[in-house]
Amino acid sequence: MELIKKLKINNELGLHARAAAKIVEVASKYRSKLYLRKGDQEADGSSILSILTLACPKGTEIEARAVGEDSEAMMEALSDLVNRNFDEEK
Amino acid sequence: MTKDQREKPKKLTGIAVSPGIVIGKARLVDRSRVKILYQYLIDEKQIKWEVERFEEAVRAAKKQIIAIREKMPKQIQEHSFILDTHLMIMDDSMFHDATVETILKERINAEWALKKSLQKINKLFAEIEDEYVKERVVDVEYVAERVLRCLAGKEQESLFEIKERVIIVAHELSPADTSSIDIGKIMGFITDVGGRTSHAAIIAQSLRIPAVVGLESVTWEVQDGTLLIVDGYTGEVIINPDDNLIIQYQEKHLAQKELESSILRMSHLPAKTVDGYKIAVMANIEFLEEVAAAKDHGAEGIGLYRTEYHYLRGNELPGEEELFSDYKEMAELMAPYPVTIRTLDLGGDRLSPGAGTKTETNPALGLRAIRFCLKNPDIFKTQLRAILRASAYGNIQVMFPMISGLQEFLDTHAILKQVMGELEEKGIAFDRGIKIGIMIEIPSAVSVADILAKHADFFSIGTNDLIQYALAIDRINEHVAFMYQPFHPAILRMIQHVVKVGKEAGITVSLCGEMAGDPLCTSLLLGMGIDELSLNAWGIPAIKQVIRSISMEESKADLERILELDTAKKVREFIEQRMSQLIPYLGRKDLNAEEGSLRGRAQR
Repeated sequence: MELIKKLKINNELGLHARAAAKIVEVASKYRSKLYLRKGDQEADGSSILSILTLACPKGTEIEARAVGEDSEAMMEALSDLVNRNFDEEK
Repeated sequence: MTKDQREKPKKLTGIAVSPGIVIGKARLVDRSRVKILYQYLIDEKQIKWEVERFEEAVRAAKKQIIAIREKMPKQIQEHSFILDTHLMIMDDSMFHDATVETILKERINAEWALKKSLQKINKLFAEIEDEYVKERVVDVEYVAERVLRCLAGKEQESLFEIKERVIIVAHELSPADTSSIDIGKIMGFITDVGGRTSHAAIIAQSLRIPAVVGLESVTWEVQDGTLLIVDGYTGEVIINPDDNLIIQYQEKHLAQKELESSILRMSHLPAKTVDGYKIAVMANIEFLEEVAAAKDHGAEGIGLYRTEYHYLRGNELPGEEELFSDYKEMAELMAPYPVTIRTLDLGGDRLSPGAGTKTETNPALGLRAIRFCLKNPDIFKTQLRAILRASAYGNIQVMFPMISGLQEFLDTHAILKQVMGELEEKGIAFDRGIKIGIMIEIPSAVSVADILAKHADFFSIGTNDLIQYALAIDRINEHVAFMYQPFHPAILRMIQHVVKVGKEAGITVSLCGEMAGDPLCTSLLLGMGIDELSLNAWGIPAIKQVIRSISMEESKADLERILELDTAKKVREFIEQRMSQLIPYLGRKDLNAEEGSLRGRAQR
């Protein structure tokens, strides 16, 4: 099953190393594959380097795509993480 | 290069930590780059092996990072996140999978394949506008460097393929660095940082090569091949010396050598007092490479072989074969003289991850040496098997550090017996009569020395630790270091007691601490009736010379008077005054340089 969802990066620092690492953690918890798209660039959600090269500062809109049997749960965990602003301290 | 193009001489001053003068070329140890060579892999087997080699290096690199993370002090724990990122990078598909794929597809070696992955990542990151994210490529490079190092280490190649004798110039040197250098090629060490107890200093002293540390910026001033003069007496380093300076230092070097060799010439004569009493003078060593120096300096055996080196050099604990071949070669080289192997004298905190224990608040009083070995019988048995097997090839003795009382020794002995039984069952040769000794370095062992003497074949008094434990001072702590007094009446009484009960039980009593190498202590120890002295090799000729200049009768008479003195200060004054009568050259500055280097040696 494939799920696509638009997410807005709202934390202060954007998708920097710590936030990217948290996305990788989510991606590794589920069997589905995770991809993140910004414009015409797509990143592998299980690769911290790949996510970093997307270079998403605060306010960036990205498109998350989860492919696999548990894509729903994965997407939920991901949007939860993004909405919590990656638990970043203000 | 012609004379005129030479750069002007420049003098830097650091801390002299190991005496001697050398003039030679610099070899800069650049800690940030490993040389990468291209290699095309011909057959499938090689390719498979190469992938495995890469995986192995990544595993090793991860292990290192995990170990570093675990050792991080609490105050900076929050920064441990960066290390988690590094672990993640090593698993990252762009780093890991891409490299494996390149090895398989392009049939090239792991190093080159990793370099290609790195180039790709670099290119991607170069396009990023966000400066912070762009900077993260540094972390990728850092991780790659670590993996490359692991790849290099795996091949057991020396880090820097040194072909000629050079002076090592580094920011600092870790045990891992020095253990991957071909020791025979090093003329001296100079480093930017470090103090008297830094690793470079200790290694240089053991190898008897000059070293100057704390030069601050020498790695910036020097390039590979730059001509250097290193003066390990004064701490001066001269970069690009002119002819006059070279001549001047050569003369100083020759004068120094002349003095040393005049003593050295006598070093092969036995250490016999004027009234015919003979004691054995042996060497303390740490590396197999030091055996030659020990023999050259007239050592009649190895009184203390420190075995920690093999445990500190790599990521993994040494195997039985590695230890065995080392011990065997040592035994063969020294035969028929004895080689006294001290079993592992470390705490888990200093061992590789895997054997790691939690950081202790007071490691000197913690789980180390024999306590650690009894807690980790597998590690201990591996070493014992290696020692026993090597004992078939020469005159090996084994001794156990930090024994605090009889039960501990009996437990240790039981393990030794068990290992002996196993070897016997398998029909593996070893010396059944191997001499088993106890290091006397804990005050409680001094108190019960009479009990211990009934069970051991010999005692070896480790005065360095004994003085620290008995006087409750840490000599590394600058506030109390002045209280480290070998001449403290309590210490003298302890040593005398151990020698006395040892003699009563009919066992050999040896002394292997720094006191053995201090010419001021020689007569004192002789008077007490010590059987053997073991010290750093280069000090042996001087100590033998002292023994040859004094008599047993006088030493005994002096001892009686010394034991009546009530403070360390009075003891020292008495001895200094006596020695200046008996051996006038002891007051000479050049010999004190030797003594200074002994004092500077780290307590381990």
